[in-house]
Amino acid sequence: MSHKLLTLLALFAAGTVALTGCKPKNAGNAVSGNAAEKAYVAPGEYDEYYNFVSGGFSGQMAVYGLPSGRLLRVIPVFSVDPEKGYGYSEETKAMLNTSHGFVPWDDLHHPEMSQTNGEIDGRWVFGNANNTPRVARIDLTTFRTAEIIELPNSGGNHSSPFATENTEYVVAGTRFSVPSVGSGGDVPINTYKQNFKGYISFISVGQEGEMDIAFQLECPGVNFDLARAGKDKSHGWFFFSCYNTEQANTLLEVNASQRDKDFIMAVNWKKAEEYIKQGLGKKVPAKYAHNKYDENSHTATSEIKNEVLILDTKELKDICYFIPCPKSPHGCDVDPTGNYIVGSGKLAAIIPVFSFDKLQQAIANKDFDGEYEGIPVVKYESALHGEVQKPGLGPLHTEFDANGNAYTSFFVSSEVVKWNVQSLQVLDRVPTYYSVGHLCVPGGNTRKPSGKYVIAYNKITKDRYLPTGPELTQSAQIYDISGDKMQLILDFPTIGEPHYAQAAPAELIRERSKKFYKIEENSHPQVAKGEAEAKVVREGNEVHVYMTSIRSHFSPDNIEGVKMGDVVYFHVTNLEQDWDVPHGFAVKGAQNAELLIMPGETQTLKWVPDRVGVFPMYCTDFCSALHQEMQGYIRVSPAGSNVPLTFSLGTNTGDPATGQ
Amino acid sequence: MALAGITFLLGACSGGAEPASGNESASTPSKGGQEAVQDDESQKDVVKVAVGSADHTTLVAALKQAELVTALANAGPFTVFAPTNDAFGKVDKATLDALMTDEKKADLQNILQYHVTTSALKTEWLRDGQSLGMVNGDNLKISIKNGKIWLNDAAQIIATVPASNGIVHVIDGVLLPPAK
Repeated sequence: MSHKLLTLLALFAAGTVALTGCKPKNAGNAVSGNAAEKAYVAPGEYDEYYNFVSGGFSGQMAVYGLPSGRLLRVIPVFSVDPEKGYGYSEETKAMLNTSHGFVPWDDLHHPEMSQTNGEIDGRWVFGNANNTPRVARIDLTTFRTAEIIELPNSGGNHSSPFATENTEYVVAGTRFSVPSVGSGGDVPINTYKQNFKGYISFISVGQEGEMDIAFQLECPGVNFDLARAGKDKSHGWFFFSCYNTEQANTLLEVNASQRDKDFIMAVNWKKAEEYIKQGLGKKVPAKYAHNKYDENSHTATSEIKNEVLILDTKELKDICYFIPCPKSPHGCDVDPTGNYIVGSGKLAAIIPVFSFDKLQQAIANKDFDGEYEGIPVVKYESALHGEVQKPGLGPLHTEFDANGNAYTSFFVSSEVVKWNVQSLQVLDRVPTYYSVGHLCVPGGNTRKPSGKYVIAYNKITKDRYLPTGPELTQSAQIYDISGDKMQLILDFPTIGEPHYAQAAPAELIRERSKKFYKIEENSHPQVAKGEAEAKVVREGNEVHVYMTSIRSHFSPDNIEGVKMGDVVYFHVTNLEQDWDVPHGFAVKGAQNAELLIMPGETQTLKWVPDRVGVFPMYCTDFCSALHQEMQGYIRVSPAGSNVPLTFSLGTNTGDPATGQ
Repeated sequence: MALAGITFLLGACSGGAEPASGNESASTPSKGGQEAVQDDESQKDVVKVAVGSADHTTLVAALKQAELVTALANAGPFTVFAPTNDAFGKVDKATLDALMTDEKKADLQNILQYHVTTSALKTEWLRDGQSLGMVNGDNLKISIKNGKIWLNDAAQIIATVPASNGIVHVIDGVLLPPAK
């Protein structure tokens, strides 16, 4: 782009701002001269970072490249995805099993990348299901959901899935407190204060990533919002923001905003581990699903578990402490040193910054202001490092750079504010367009943040993009933070609703990206490892088609002898052993979806014929020059017909001369 | 339609299609065509099969000279009838040398495209009397004598190598497009 054009664009942007007049101050330099250059990634070049962005009510996670904002992939996690057959193929249905049965949708808010020694390690990214409480683990070699665990005693899994610095645990705090385990569940809603408790799950993560609910903490009945693990000196502790300490069960808009201060709850999870070793946890009945996807059998399994270990934090002292925090805190963020904990009260006029050292001192000195529901409340001033004065309106969430600075989002005043953690001085502010929620600095939640970009995820984009009817796209905005002043360099639209997001240097992930599944390792029970193994087998009224796909045909591609009343299972194995050569499979009238089968993989589509006839089936992914030739027919005859079950490839020509 | 598309593709290669040096990371974006994508894990495509064969150095040189490497690294599916070095040795040396010059590039492309068809044809699918439409637009006649597969009665298939994007049939003669 020419310099002249860029100047014109900048002038135009400035002019627009001047005309509308109601945008935040400083909007004039929202788009300055070299912005396009900074966000530009030339065709054929890779981005510097992978950005994992929550899909919100889409239930999925999106992967963008940064700084270009190019959408690379949408990973199906908690919602069915007909495009990929996720939740429709026989193999993937179990991933969405819960104690409530098959749940085809959820609301994913927070991606959390696995860490080693407090740094992003590029192995996995976790995501939370807000509605039917679950945590998912996505494998970053395949960019697929590998595991989902459901959370009992939880309602609205919002305070989740934040990880400790070696991914010992990811946590899941319930947003809605729920009738306590001992209450039996069927209690009047207005007995909240007596009967409701908040449960926080600590999910252990094994070396191969396997998740298990190690224990749950039974805590006072409040709303848990967000959380962060301690790091470095505060490793062993976890911090949770709490609101609705009023314990309202109705009209929270009014009733949960009564107290001047709510809490940040500090949790000493190493203490909890000690109590468990002493046998002080209590195993209670619970019902929750644990779903795993096996990469060799290409099949998910779902196990219903029946028990969970609970620690009562009222009885077992020294696990939990409350720190007063003004006005319904949302963000609860720990700086890279592990010493400073930043609370962001949605309705607060200041940002309090707490000191881990001072908190420890206060606890040692029993510098308490009484108890709340049996949990000691540390005196506000005793734990306080200081307050950022008048930072903006509606602070929500804070990330950090490598130079001791914090970046806080302000929903109400639509801006990002940069401030210094030590001095608490505001250093810079930039507008967002509009109503920013979370922020992301690559590594900004870890011990090693990158100092290059902050990305704001916005809820409202009125006048930013071409209108698309009543609902407009939501967006991300990326700012260069390498200088003293933040500089907006790009807007890009996002899928669903972006809540939190994380980003990692591309080199941590791209080198390990899987190219295909090895056919010799395929242990699917209905795999056909070559065309010689393709077959059609009748088992009662079930017809199992062991089908193969390879450029550019299915084997078999002619099937006859299916009858009304039969249920047909197409087990399609993609025989390719070549990167980026999926084959699709679709059959007319299928009431589920397509299959999209990766090289070396087997996937199964269930098909129940609803009428007599001959039905086409074809490859849905433009695989090759003869993709349009990659097709077949399946014939369905009336029940009781004597058409024999036959299948073939290339021989069913009806040509008497060749005898075929 | 698809065949016409591929014919166009094969004929319309851009220059600069030299494979990248081998020490680039698997994930470094390639600056060439698909043939330059560094990938040691996937099954070899028809070009890599030819490159990996000591008996096909002349064919590989000719494919490069004709700028057909990028097209043959495409998704295919291709059947490549691949004359050995000995097969090329049967061609008059002066004629062969001339074909390798830039002035005769179109003729070389025509000949090489006559060795490729767009579908992955296994030997068991080839029948006596069958006519194959080749990429250059001409037809090739298959005949089967004593169990041997002959092409235009000029060359026979002596070996077959499956590839990711098709199949390579090694042949013992160079196929010449019918005179116009």
